[in-house]
Amino acid sequence: MAKRPAYSKLCKALEAGHFVFTGELEPKKIMTMSEIIHSAKEMKKTSRIIAANVTDGPQGDAYMSSLIPSYVVQRDAEIEAVWQVAVRDRNRVALFGDVLAGAFMGLKNILVLTGDHTALGDNKKARPAYDIDSTQFCELLSKIIDNGTDYEGHEITGGKVEMNYGCVANPNAVGEYMEPEILKVGRKVEQGIDFIQTQTAFDIEVAKNFIKELSRYKVPILLGVFPMKSYGIAWYFDNYIPGVSVPKELLKALKSAEKENKGDKKAKYAALDKVNVEFFKPFIKEIKENSKASGIHCMAVEYERLFSPLLGEYPDYAKKFY
Amino acid sequence: MIITQQKDINEIYEMIKDYKKILIAGCDGCCQPPRSINEATVLGQLLELKFKTKGKNLTWRSITVLRQCDDKIAASTIRPFLDDHETILSLACGLGVVMLNKVADKILTYPAQNSQFGGAQNNGENSFIQYCETCGNCMLGMTGGVCPIAGCAKHLSNGPCGGTVNGLCEVGGYKNPCAWIEIYKRLKRFNRLDMFTLYRPARDYRPATSPAYIVINKPYTNEEKITEENK
Repeated sequence: MAKRPAYSKLCKALEAGHFVFTGELEPKKIMTMSEIIHSAKEMKKTSRIIAANVTDGPQGDAYMSSLIPSYVVQRDAEIEAVWQVAVRDRNRVALFGDVLAGAFMGLKNILVLTGDHTALGDNKKARPAYDIDSTQFCELLSKIIDNGTDYEGHEITGGKVEMNYGCVANPNAVGEYMEPEILKVGRKVEQGIDFIQTQTAFDIEVAKNFIKELSRYKVPILLGVFPMKSYGIAWYFDNYIPGVSVPKELLKALKSAEKENKGDKKAKYAALDKVNVEFFKPFIKEIKENSKASGIHCMAVEYERLFSPLLGEYPDYAKKFY
Repeated sequence: MIITQQKDINEIYEMIKDYKKILIAGCDGCCQPPRSINEATVLGQLLELKFKTKGKNLTWRSITVLRQCDDKIAASTIRPFLDDHETILSLACGLGVVMLNKVADKILTYPAQNSQFGGAQNNGENSFIQYCETCGNCMLGMTGGVCPIAGCAKHLSNGPCGGTVNGLCEVGGYKNPCAWIEIYKRLKRFNRLDMFTLYRPARDYRPATSPAYIVINKPYTNEEKITEENK
């Protein structure tokens, strides 16, 4: 298959060889988007974050669908969205319909996900869809974008869908579990993905090794990092996100940063930020300098004040694309 | 085997509380754990006690059927008891309950079981595990004999997903094996990772669409060939 053009700003920046950053926004059980828009605007302001991922019911929870927030973020914060779509909740008919709707509203990036099982979410009795899996969704997207048809080959009329799509990979699959993870991504490469955003990694050697293995596919890789706004979030992540364990020292440092500055909000924030910057700044630098990763996916949801100390030293390349 | 679990005694009571004479029918077929004459008798005793606690009397008789899902066997076994009973309580899987409602259509048959899945005993342990979902499109030949439909919570054709940690599945709290890691290990052992890396397109769900019909006794003539010759 001939390589698909870079339709999105994210893919254009990757194509131009920039070391890119993406951020993350999480619509929850909400009837307001002010926080999301605020967060997205802060990302835009950095000129380092080129696009913002908009999550789709993470952990299997029943949240506002990611389609409309993705559109609103693009409209109101003027930053490109990476629209996350999980195959958990929609069959191939609904996925196709949503993709056309999203494309019509000007969305340019899709991140394909299987989605955490509903059994993990807050509506555990639900029957998940999983009509097609994430690899098959990649094939569906290829048909929509490259062939202009649905899965069965029926034509889309009135215009072209111009989008890029990526998949996820888990760097925490180590030892004997790494090979199936790498091979699985290979199937998605075969189905035309434009980029890979990984699950968060905390171990630099594990991350570098994973990137090295993944780089065989010659698809841009954005390594996931997760600066943690509070000890509570770190604890939750450590305990409830599949395959992710937060290093003990980091957990301890976050805990004591909160404990030592109890009652003094400003000092507590400063201490927490210091822990995160001390851990992630050298981490990101090492990834940029000594791995084949093309960027960083920063999952610091609603943690805008960390952007400047963490990313400030990198070039403000994102300006060129807006 | 069809793995069944007995319904809660209160649920069974609610279904049959208005009857006075019931026939409790076990099944000697493929139900597991066994749902035969002994189980039917024990259920009868339990229900009799339950009725007594509500100040009612229940007359019951327990029998067993060789296979409740076979219409001829079911009809001939049940027929002698029909006149003396107002209803039947079946210990078979859903197939047996449907079949008794058909062959004894003058009375209602109620289910005493929930049919869970097609499976077997799990490595000799005191548990049953699902092996087949009768999906109508068997891909075991591509997956080293491990089923990713029955064995994977997300029914993935191209797994594993990100919910596997050290070979265990996120569903059920990382206690059960990830089918796709099992498939990977099996195929690697036989040096057939080519089958693992193979992309499998979206499944055709029509064979698994309910209600399903399959025409049997199709004539063994090659119709196309005949038409060809007639030309």
